[in-house]
Amino acid sequence: MRIFGLLTVLLCGGLLIYHTADFPAWGDPASPASTHLSPYYIEHSIDDTMVPNLVTAVLADYRSYDTMFETVVVFAAGIACFFLLRAAKSKTPESMLYRHIPTGITLRIEKGSKTPPDSADFERIDSVWVPYDLIIKITCRLLVPFIQLFALYVVAHGHHSPGGGFQGGVIFGAALILFALTHNLSNSLKRINEKTSALFAASGVLVYAGTGILCLLLGANFLDYSALAPLLGGDPKMAHSHGILIVEIGVAIAVMAVMVWIYYNLASRGRHDEGL
Amino acid sequence: MIWQLDLIIMVLVIAAGIGAISVKDNLGAAILFGAYSFLMCLLWAIMGAVDVAFTEASVGAGVSTVFFVAAVFRTTRRTKD
Repeated sequence: MRIFGLLTVLLCGGLLIYHTADFPAWGDPASPASTHLSPYYIEHSIDDTMVPNLVTAVLADYRSYDTMFETVVVFAAGIACFFLLRAAKSKTPESMLYRHIPTGITLRIEKGSKTPPDSADFERIDSVWVPYDLIIKITCRLLVPFIQLFALYVVAHGHHSPGGGFQGGVIFGAALILFALTHNLSNSLKRINEKTSALFAASGVLVYAGTGILCLLLGANFLDYSALAPLLGGDPKMAHSHGILIVEIGVAIAVMAVMVWIYYNLASRGRHDEGL
Repeated sequence: MIWQLDLIIMVLVIAAGIGAISVKDNLGAAILFGAYSFLMCLLWAIMGAVDVAFTEASVGAGVSTVFFVAAVFRTTRRTKD
């Protein structure tokens, strides 16, 4: 069976490599894509959409329908992780670890014993015991706001430079995951809980699809942003640029929330009590 | 495009890819996959596809490595085959 599998893989790989020889060379100006498709975008995209970055113009305007369903795929990935991993009832563990913050002493409390009061002096820590590391915590706490600011810059500046909703959303989500890694999972659940992340994931998709529906209601095609000109002010071409920004913000919200949501479910086996 | 640099990165991409599927330790495979993503990001940047390189760096080398490490941490480090 293994040999049969190996032969299949080798055959398919060989056929694929053999047929790549028929492809046009990299950057070939005479290839069909460069003669029929690209010149239109290069010549017209700045007139159509007022967006200097060609990639953003193609991604969020000419092929906006495709990008909308990419966002839906990301949302579906978050939902799938939720349904596969989330444990309905959280089991009380055999023992729990608490840290007494003023003295730094770690307490181990067996099942059924009295737990420390929910005060600022005690902090529940993960059962895979990691030493309290002030340097890592403080460094990451200082770093997180700057990463988040950079993520917002990437989202907002996608019109002029590489970037956009997906990248900015992932970077924002990564900043929140960094916070959850260096602090506790419960600490980060206090800031963004599961409900918030699920709501954000759904509302990001809603912003995208809602923009399309709004265009439809205003009498244009689905996701034809020029219909938004009376609402946003300015001419229809600027409306394209603003419409792309709105849609990118929707993508960023959805991607950010889904990344955090998947991390919560993966890192805690779906129990949402202890992280990495 | 500098072909020497291209060749070095191409060889490293293939080495990281073969390493990621052949290594016994799941954590090692996750880290090798992160290295593979980062090298692919360099390759995209060399080809001039900066947007794709950006996505590869943030999604492939960043978040998905964290997801793999989290999954390994919650399952097992050893593979059966």
